[in-house]
Amino acid sequence: MTMIFGIPVQAFLGQLLVGLINGSFYAMLSLGLAVIFGLLRIINFAHGALYMLGAFIGYLLLVHLGIGYWPALVLVPLAVGLFGIVVERLALSRLYRIDPLYGLLFTFGLALVIEGVFRFYYGVSGNPYAVPPLLAGGTNLGFMFLPNYRGWVVVASLIVCIGTWLLIEKTRLGSYLRAATENPELVQAFGVNVPLLLTLTYGLGAALAGLAGILAAPVYQVSPLMGSDLIIVVFAVVVVGGMGSILGAIVTGYMLGLAEGLTKVFYPEASNLVVFVIMAIVLLLRPAGLFGRDA
Amino acid sequence: MSEATLHAERAAASLRLERGLVVLAILALIAAPFFVYPIFVMKMLCFALFACAFNLLLGYTGLLSFGHAAFFGGAAYFCAYAVKAWGWPPEAAILLGTVGAAGMGLVVGFLAIRRQGIYFSMITLAMAQMFYFFCVQAPFTEGEDGIQGVARGHLFGVVDLSIAMNMYFFVLAVFLIGIFAIWRIVNSPFGMILRSIRENENRAISLGYSVDRYKLVAFVMSAALAGLAGALKAIVFQFATLTDVTWQMSGEVILMTLLGGIGTMVGPVVGAGLVVGLENTLATSGFPVTIATGLIFMICVLIFRRGIVGEIYARWLAPAAGGEGGKG
Amino acid sequence: MSEPLLAVRDLHAWYGEGHALHGVNLDVLRGETVTLLGRNGVGKTTTLRAIMGLIRKRTGSVTFNGKDIIRLPLHRVAHQGIGFVPEERGIFATLTVDENLILPPVVAKGGMSVEEIFELFPNLKERRNSQGTKLSGGEQQMLAIARILRTGVEMLLLDEPTEGLAPVIVQRIGELLATLKKRGMTILLVEQNFRFAARIADRFYLMDHGKVVEGFAVGQLSAHTDKLHEVLGV
Repeated sequence: MTMIFGIPVQAFLGQLLVGLINGSFYAMLSLGLAVIFGLLRIINFAHGALYMLGAFIGYLLLVHLGIGYWPALVLVPLAVGLFGIVVERLALSRLYRIDPLYGLLFTFGLALVIEGVFRFYYGVSGNPYAVPPLLAGGTNLGFMFLPNYRGWVVVASLIVCIGTWLLIEKTRLGSYLRAATENPELVQAFGVNVPLLLTLTYGLGAALAGLAGILAAPVYQVSPLMGSDLIIVVFAVVVVGGMGSILGAIVTGYMLGLAEGLTKVFYPEASNLVVFVIMAIVLLLRPAGLFGRDA
Repeated sequence: MSEATLHAERAAASLRLERGLVVLAILALIAAPFFVYPIFVMKMLCFALFACAFNLLLGYTGLLSFGHAAFFGGAAYFCAYAVKAWGWPPEAAILLGTVGAAGMGLVVGFLAIRRQGIYFSMITLAMAQMFYFFCVQAPFTEGEDGIQGVARGHLFGVVDLSIAMNMYFFVLAVFLIGIFAIWRIVNSPFGMILRSIRENENRAISLGYSVDRYKLVAFVMSAALAGLAGALKAIVFQFATLTDVTWQMSGEVILMTLLGGIGTMVGPVVGAGLVVGLENTLATSGFPVTIATGLIFMICVLIFRRGIVGEIYARWLAPAAGGEGGKG
Repeated sequence: MSEPLLAVRDLHAWYGEGHALHGVNLDVLRGETVTLLGRNGVGKTTTLRAIMGLIRKRTGSVTFNGKDIIRLPLHRVAHQGIGFVPEERGIFATLTVDENLILPPVVAKGGMSVEEIFELFPNLKERRNSQGTKLSGGEQQMLAIARILRTGVEMLLLDEPTEGLAPVIVQRIGELLATLKKRGMTILLVEQNFRFAARIADRFYLMDHGKVVEGFAVGQLSAHTDKLHEVLGV
């Protein structure tokens, strides 16, 4: 059997794949956080809860309405995005002119409520969500066995990340977003409806979180707690990458996922800690973050 | 001129009122254990001290730490371990917890002050979560069970803390000393500099203050006092568990401060009392605590940012408050 | 023709608690170029920002094309036909020159096409793919004006277009404004460079302490020299 650093190559690549999967979710979530923060100047603590909401809506669609994975892949982001739009209109839009800390505190409260509601009705135990038949089974790549669904998650998250990046960097709507991130008042004085842009941006961020949630449903168990632990890791990712750059958020997400996977191979006890340790080291060496151009 | 005299009179009146209320509150706390379960009041006092320690940072320095549970719960572990494994007396164990929390505060603070604003909050949260994972895995915390059966012992080898009233008055004394310490810090020249950092960090820098050092000292003090509260709680309840190092606990202390009034001396005490009371009530009603907590958070942020005490100050006590909210 | 395109009456504005404008009155007729003069800090920039709606705390009336625009949300104002070129130029660093150029939405017919603009500003065409803030100060100013020309607005609010620019560039901007005027553009200009303003303006308003204290046409300039010396300190 082939070995890498004294570890069987199969196990090594297996953990690397787990890391890549985790990294895919880190990337999608930190991307959403960065998009929202860029324009709204709010750190969306509810991002983890929206991710959980996405997974749960997918699960409930399946259980109660018999709506399967593929339609859910469209319906869930729409539903979560719509929820985000309502939240922005009713509440967040009132917080733009005060200390950004209040945005963090409000979304923290929102996260507690969303999580609390699902805990109340569905308990804390996980609910399995079956892999869609089309992606069941796996493929032997010769050097390792790749479960098809996991391969799909990596591809899908890449599509989502690159798509969002293109939307922001290469389209007219994206140029509004970038300009409004720099100077919202002037963009509005030019005649662009910036309040609407803010609403749509939060909706987009929420939809991205929801999409990540439904993608995650077959990988992890669908549980009310799935978002809250993840969001703190994603915060660390965001601190490492800095939120000034969309691409930075994506790359950092994948990198830290892989770092976590590698740690599982060599020193499993520390795999929960490694992202935080990396964050501490980056803060010591490069306080502004790897891609930081923010203060 | 007459307006100025009026302001001065109102200020003097509110000061007299404040002093009167403080004396009244202390008398009420001395009498409390004869009417209410002492354990309940002790819980409130521990959390009130925790919230005041947290407010030293948020209210007077303008730094929102989202990881204060690490200091509170960490100190509880240190204290409980010292009593149980090494047989330390309670006062020494509490001191160890406090010093330990201060040491943790030094490390976390040193990293967190390298970034500002919202990043500061995220870093403290992440560091506290790291400590939580450490506590989950480290053998000395005894995992999910926590350190149970911590003997209350004899204070200075004399006072038997297993007697409820002894324990109560010890807690009350520590609480009052802690609050007094915070009051002194806030009203010292050091506290003035902290406030000027909160008001305008760049101006404080241009005035020549080494802002980072002041922030770090404030962070360590706040962590130490939060640790004092946590260690005290470990002695009162005779255990230390993971609950006290979770991010939910960090959120809870923020809520207490926000609800009572950020940047007021009394607010966090009031907030802590209300939150602890609410949780006790909800525990028997079946209504999920997290939903209630979350809703209060949202309501406070949307329509009640001054908090209860802050609102009272602004409406009735503070002489110059009329001008602020007046124009709309 | 008696109806002014822009009429400002008793305009007050506040920055936080600070009362910045104390009842500004001014008119700009269709096709006119009017310059606001005054020392630093008398409220010239504030007047433009308050007309535009960039300062929310304001009272009085701002009538454009017969319509009171003071209650409109900020993003509706441009659609009435007013374009704004801020003092700091407001070129976006994360946008290319091209993207900066097409950022402001077209609000009416009759604006220039991108091709026409590039004819007028060949430098911008050469650098259309570079980052907006990599342009020189003069090019940035040209871009800031050019992007408003695309939108088809009837009126331009221009805040200190010559500030910090080399004389040869100032010359270019003067020519550009003359061209615009010939095309019928109405311009309200804030300018410290009095000689520059004297060349292109039809009328002047002199501001002091948040108010318009004097108004006169270009022909009456010599009669007002003493007053100008006194207020401007030139």
